[in-house]
This record gives sequence, C-alpha cells and structure tokens, in this order.
Amino acid sequence: MAAGGGLLGWIDQRFPLSKLWKEQASEYYAPKNFNFWYYFGVLSLVVLVNQLVTGIFLTMSYKPSAAEAFSSIEYIMRDVDGGWLIRYMHSTGASAFFIVIYLHMFRALLYGSARKPRELLWIFGCLIFLLLMAEAFMGYVLPWGNMSYWGAQVIVSLFSSLPWIGASLVEWIRGDYYIADATLNRFFALHVAALPLALVFLVIAHLMALHEVGSNNPDGIEIHKYNDEKGHPLDGVPFHPYYTVKDLVGVAFFLLLFCAVIFFAPTFGGLFLEAPNFEPANPLQTPPHIAPVWYFTPFYAMLRAVPSFAGTQVWGVLVMGASVLIIFFLPWLDRSPVRSIRYRGPIYKTMLGIFVLSFIALAVCGLKPPSGIYPTLAKVCTVLYFAFFVLMPWYTKYERVKPVPERVTWHD
Amino acid sequence: MIKTRGLLMAGLMAGLMAAASASAEEGGIALLKADTDIANSDSLQRGARNFMNYCSGCHSLKYLRYNRMAEDLKIPSAELEHNLMFTSDKAFDGIDSAMPPDSVGWFGKQPPDLSLMSRERGVDYMYSYLKGFYVDKTRPWGVNNLYLPGASMPHVLAQLQGLQKPVFKPGSDGNGGAQVELVGVEPMTPGAMKPEEYDQFVRDIANFLDYAGEPIKAKRQSLGVFVMLYLLVFFVFAYLLKKEYWKDVH
Repeated sequence: MAAGGGLLGWIDQRFPLSKLWKEQASEYYAPKNFNFWYYFGVLSLVVLVNQLVTGIFLTMSYKPSAAEAFSSIEYIMRDVDGGWLIRYMHSTGASAFFIVIYLHMFRALLYGSARKPRELLWIFGCLIFLLLMAEAFMGYVLPWGNMSYWGAQVIVSLFSSLPWIGASLVEWIRGDYYIADATLNRFFALHVAALPLALVFLVIAHLMALHEVGSNNPDGIEIHKYNDEKGHPLDGVPFHPYYTVKDLVGVAFFLLLFCAVIFFAPTFGGLFLEAPNFEPANPLQTPPHIAPVWYFTPFYAMLRAVPSFAGTQVWGVLVMGASVLIIFFLPWLDRSPVRSIRYRGPIYKTMLGIFVLSFIALAVCGLKPPSGIYPTLAKVCTVLYFAFFVLMPWYTKYERVKPVPERVTWHD
Repeated sequence: MIKTRGLLMAGLMAGLMAAASASAEEGGIALLKADTDIANSDSLQRGARNFMNYCSGCHSLKYLRYNRMAEDLKIPSAELEHNLMFTSDKAFDGIDSAMPPDSVGWFGKQPPDLSLMSRERGVDYMYSYLKGFYVDKTRPWGVNNLYLPGASMPHVLAQLQGLQKPVFKPGSDGNGGAQVELVGVEPMTPGAMKPEEYDQFVRDIANFLDYAGEPIKAKRQSLGVFVMLYLLVFFVFAYLLKKEYWKDVH
C-alpha cells in the first residue's frame, strides 16, 4: 500500500493503521436497512467497556478476603470519592449486559443471523454468553453479602450431583470444605483477570468473523449481489460515518435509561442489587428465600423444574446445561429456505412467540419460591423452551414461506 | 419506533420488578408507609438526635462516621461533640454503641449494627417496627413485635408511646378448637407523647436510618437530574447529526 507522508505515513510503513481503519470502518459496508434490533451489538460493546473500566477502579479499593470484602464495598460506597457512582455503574452494568445480550441474541432469531455463512460468528457469540454467565456469577460473590454467600453455595453444590467426581470436584472449585476465604480469593482472580481476558479475545474474534462475512440485515438477504461501478454494494453504506453516527443516537438513548437506573433506582426494586445482600455473609443463617439474580432465573427455573430420578438430582443440572448448549446448534437446526421472519410463515412466528413468553415466564418462576402454580408453570415452560429448538428442523423445513426480495426493503 | 420499543422494555422490567417486590412482601402483616423524605434535613437532624439519645446505647452505625453525618446533616461540630457523641470516639470514627464486649448475653443476641438496615429491610419496615411493639407476657421483656415476631428487643420507647395491646381475630383450627390470629395492635396505656408526635418521632428515626444506609442518596438523586438533562440534549444533537448524514442515503 502506498503510504502518505507525515506521522500517519511513518506509522503506516510500520503498522497497517490506515489499512485497518479502512477495512474495519470507513470501507466496511454494512446493509443500509438496519433497524432498532441492530443497536444491541454496539450497546454490548459499550457495556463491556463500562464493566472493564469501572471494574479496574473498583479493584483499586476492594479487598478480596472474607474478613474485609463486605466492609471494603461500604468503604467504596461511602469514603472513596465517586466510589458510589463507580460501583452503581458496575452493578447496573451487569444487569444491562444481560439485557442487551438477550436482545442481541433475540435479533438473531428474528432475522436468521446465525445461518450460513455466520455459524462461527454465532458460536463465538454463544461462547461470549457462556463466559459472561461465569463472569457474572463470580462477580456476584465478591461483595460477600449473605445472598452472595448462599447463591455461591447453591450453584457450586450443583456440581456435587455429578456421579463419581461430584464431591471432589466441588471441593476443588471451593478450595475448602465450604464456601470460604479461599473460594472468594479465586473467584476474584477469575473475575478480574482470567475471564475478562478471555471475553475480550472472544469479542475480537466475534467482530473479526462479522467483518469477514458481513452483517446480516432485517431482510435476511446478502447485499453483495448488486454492486456499483466501484464494487461497493448498492444496498450498503460505509460503517463510518453512517453507522457510527447512527449508533451514537442509540448509545445516547441507552445511556438515558442506564443513568436513570444508576441515579434513581440503583437497586431496581431489589432486582439488580438484592436486599439480603446488604447483610454480611453468614454461614450459619440462610436468607429467607435464595434466588439467583434475575438474569439467571430462567435457567435456574429449568434446573428446579426437573424432578429427581433414580435417586439423583443430576438430571436438573443436565437439563440446565443442555438449555444453554442447545443454543449453539441453532444454525444447523434451522432448515428454513429464508432467514428473516419477514418472509417466514405463521408457524415460526408462533413458535418464536411461545419461546419468548416461556423464557419470560421461566424468569418469573425462578424468582419465586417453588410453590403455588410456579412449579407446574416452570415444567411446562421448560418443555416449550426445548420444543422451540428440538422441533425446529421440522417446522422450519416444511413451512410455506413468502418470496424473498432481490434488494433490501428501504423506505425513503 | 425506538421510543415505543423502549417503553415496552421499561414496562417489561417494571413487571419483573413488581413480581420481585410482591414476592418479598408475601406473608406477614402489611407494613405501614413511613412517608419519609431524605431531602428534609430538619427531619434528618431530629432523627439523628433521637437515634443518639434512644438507640445508640445498644445499636452501632459502624459504617457512618460522626463527621460525615455532621457535614451531610449540617450539624455544627460543637453541637456534634456536646450533644451527639456519647462515647469516647473521635469525630472521624464510625458511630459505635456503648455496649461492652461482654454484653453478648444481655438480650440473647448482640443488638445488630443498623448501618445497612434500611437497605436490607426498607424504611417502611423500620417505621412499622418501631410502632409494632405490644404487650406479651410470654416474652423476656414483656413485649413482642407485630412485624418481627419473637423480637428480642425491649420496647425502649414505651415511655414515649405508651403500651399497646394485641388485637386478635378469633378463628378455628379446623378441629373445633379455638385459634387466634394476630391482626394488629391498639393503644392500651398513654405515653408522654400524643400519637401524632410519636409517629413523627419514629418517622424521623427511620428517615435518619435511611440516610445512614446510603449517605449519598439525596446527592445522587439531585445529581441525576442534571445527568439526565445533559443526556437529553446530547441525544437531540446526536439525532440531528445522524439525520444530516443519512439524508444522502437513498
């Protein structure tokens, strides 16, 4: 590449700075018909950066020891300048992360974004989701409140139901015979070093895969069929400046909601910061009702929905694991000739609607104590959750679809 | 488009929120509304005075420093040292109780630190609790609490409130035997304060403890208004910028 003069030329002769910028932004052509659902990719990036930066500052004042952790959080909330803001940004960011990721994944279900050739892009995304769950779980333990403690106790104990290795595996994870100082210390190491590092690498891989195959769009068709004389897609616009300025609007709107929570409802009615977690960890007394944070409750509800069988609880654990792993197979389960929901028939729309409703119902079931209608509701919704995926090869293959347009739909 | 979807999301989260708080309130007797105001510094000052005089003998506020409290509540330092500090603590110390270390057995359990009680149980709970004592001869201190059955705390404010007696709803246990359900309390003997005065007295304590649970709360909310205004302006300009760029796209 012919390099210009000046400082940029000097750099370009030694590092592909201009080349990278062109390839990834100013000459990366994205479909021009992105809608509301296409904001959540950039929003997850914004939240990731928020978590990394606020996390670094929290680490400066947090003490990862069973004796000091709880007090050090109050120290951050009361004595560190701006500490309360940094902590609320981090705790609200955790919930915001899951909100935008769930909506980002839902977008893929709407428009078939996981379909060929985007299978690896989807798998990287699923791995990010899996790591994010581990990251959030370990982060939740760090304040060392009573819900942190008993939440960790319940989740780590799940592994003990695995045959043969269960008991020693749990001991290995905890580093002690119960959830203790050693557990807190290692969760801290994983939460602030190992998992964020892996997350950032996976996000880079996710973006590289995206820019290799190009973005999908609400019509679910490729834009590279119709190009102008320069070889640029007619239905595409350069990511920069068009989508940088458009995403700025989305980010501003997101920040309005995000800051409304931080400044006016940081506990969000006990959903984002749970009331029992303002009591220090007490190994001798459980909170009145142990429930995971809201973003885990759909999976927790599925765990509880499965009864023990043949004298072991392991089936619930396996079902919970399967509920996450089955998402990875989406690109191969979907056999529809079209990608976008706009051109699919009523069966897929109905199945997707039922899936979303059962996911929300499972979230509510997981928050509630297992009594009344909730256990039955959770069982039904678990079946519906899996039915969406397991039956997909059939209901997508034989469904009548509408004709797909040649060019993207665009209203001027 | 963005706005309607955003509202939908907000509605969904509000629904989840309601579900969460409803599950927290299931069972037990409904709490009274404290109706406190964290921005009312007169109420906070009275609450601090009430707390220091009636509560701090047994209950600490270890995460709240005396000087932080004085600064936030606009209490002059002379006032603080002469009228609000009863222990040998320094002004930069956390608020400690006067309980000696060997006092564990006095009440069956150590009186809890109240720094975070408002965050754990809520301001309505603390207000209700202080109004919920009733005479119960089976308890060690002769009183029980409507909102925390089996509470081990004596009715420290009995002299101000007077005593209350329990109100039962007669019922049947299903086997022909009598069973009584506690449904409320009513005044039995008058105290030094009129009922409205006592309500205000404990409301001020609850308000003060709400402040103690999160000293930044009032400032957080007032700062939040400016943050929202700034973001609103930013949103408008970002939107206009986007419109300007995208008018070329056909």
